[in-house]
Formats: sequence, structure tokens, C-alpha cells
Amino acid sequence: MTVLRKKRKAFVSQHDCVACGCCVKVCPMDAITIFHGLYAQVHRDKCVGCGKCAKECPASVIELQEVTI
Amino acid sequence: MKKKWYDWLWVASLAYLTLGFFNILFAWLGLLCFFIPLIIAAVKGTKGYCNRYCGRGQLFSLLGGRFGLSRKRDIPRWMKSKPFRYGFLIFFFAMFFLMLWNTYLVFAGARDLQQVVTLLWTFKLPWHWAYHGALFHPGVAQFAFGFYSVMLTSTVLGLVTMALFKPRSWCVYCPMGTMTQLICKIKNPQ
Ligand code: SF4
Ligand code: SF4
Ligand code: SF4
Repeated sequence: MTVLRKKRKAFVSQHDCVACGCCVKVCPMDAITIFHGLYAQVHRDKCVGCGKCAKECPASVIELQEVTI
Repeated sequence: MKKKWYDWLWVASLAYLTLGFFNILFAWLGLLCFFIPLIIAAVKGTKGYCNRYCGRGQLFSLLGGRFGLSRKRDIPRWMKSKPFRYGFLIFFFAMFFLMLWNTYLVFAGARDLQQVVTLLWTFKLPWHWAYHGALFHPGVAQFAFGFYSVMLTSTVLGLVTMALFKPRSWCVYCPMGTMTQLICKIKNPQ
């Protein structure tokens, strides 16, 4: 039997991301990279859902969502 | 996270603004914040300048973050929309070329040097104490006054939006940020 767990992860609306990199600087897990100067990419397995990036993002385009893993 | 040397570049930004208050010719150094981001974007296809080195962004996050000078609210939706960001980029460049044109007129001798710093493209602030004359052509100084005006204006706008919204709100509509992202888009088609 598999156990389903809910965890919070950061999601970026990449269409509105300005690729400033503010989120990268505050992420304690180094879970975010800026993809070719276009938008931020969250590495799901590294993200612990702390929400620091979402607080920092000047464009407010990061949301924390519950995911089941 | 461990601080790297480039995490201190906000000191350079602050020094830049201060030096321009005493001697306007230092304004020429601001060209670095123009060419470095563009070169990184054009050669490497990244926003490495924004992501790492930009002292102005660091200054805003310091003042708005650690010093608490920001309300930390969400920026209005229209300010992060593409029409506004690109519109501001175009406006900014139009003003920039106007500044270059005025510099050219002084170089050509068609116009006298104006020892003023123009804030928000409108308000002319006296700044004559920062010009000590003689050594270079007046056109060199005219460009310095013009470029310093650009830098001061963007700092003031950045400080206002820092106070109203999140610390680095300026980065949402910063012309250099928009332009480097645009170059990255062209270089890395999806
Ligand atoms: S929620 Fe926390 S761990 Fe996840 S990407 Fe954002 S800052 Fe990093
Ligand atoms: S802070 Fe926000 S706008 Fe800036 S790169 Fe991260 S997600 Fe994009
Ligand atoms: S968007 Fe502008 S102010 Fe922000 S980091 Fe990039 S160049 Fe600096």
C-alpha cells in the first residue's frame, strides 16, 4: 500500500515571471533556477514549501500549492 | 547562504549616486550598468546581471527588506503586464535618445551646457556644484548630467515602488530587466 502525503510546493506562473532572480536568492534549498533568462523554474524535489520565494517575488507570481506525492 | 563578493555590489551603486553628487563626471561609470547586462544577455543568453550582480536591485532589497522601508504588498496587475513593461521600456529609451540628442547639440556647439539634473524627465534640479569645468569638452559633461539624470530618476521611481509594494518592485518594470529578458527570448526561442 502506498501512503499519500500532501506537501506544499512553489509554483511559478512562468508567463508573468520577469526572471529577476529574487526568488533564487532567498530559497534556502537552492531549489530555483532561472531558465535561460526567461523564467524561474522550481525543482520540485528540492522545494520544501517554505514560501520564502513567494514572499520575496516582486511580481508576486509564485504560489504555494498542495500536491500529493 | 554564504555571501559572495557580488553580494556587496549595492555599495557600488550607493557610491555611484554619492560620487555624482560631488563630481558629475563619475556619471560616466553608469555605462557599466548599461553594457554589462546587455553583453551578458547577448553572449550568454541569461539574465545573469539581474540574477547576480545588479547593485541597484540589492540596494532595494536591503532598504525594503532589512531596513523595513517597504509595505511588502503585491504590485498592481497592470504594472507587471507586458504592455506596461514594454511601454515603459520604449518611453525610457525615447527619453534616453532625447538625452543623447541634447548631448550631441552641446558637442556640436549648438547649445550651451546645462548644469542641471532632470528628475522624472521634468524637474530640473540645480547641480552646478558637481561640475568643475575645463578639462573636457562641455559635451562630455552634458552626457554626464544626462546620464546621472537617468540613474537618479530610476532610483527615485524604484524607491517609490519599493515603499509602496515589494522591495524589488522596480525589477518588474526596470527597462534593463525587460530588455535583457527580451534578448533572452530572442536568443532562446521556445
Ligand atoms: S517554497 Fe521555499 S524551498 Fe520551495 S522554492 Fe520557494 S523558497 Fe525554495
Ligand atoms: S522572483 Fe518572481 S518574477 Fe523574479 S524570477 Fe522569481 S518568480 Fe520570476
Ligand atoms: S531588473 Fe533592473 S534593477 Fe532589477 S536586477 Fe535587473 S537590472 Fe537590476
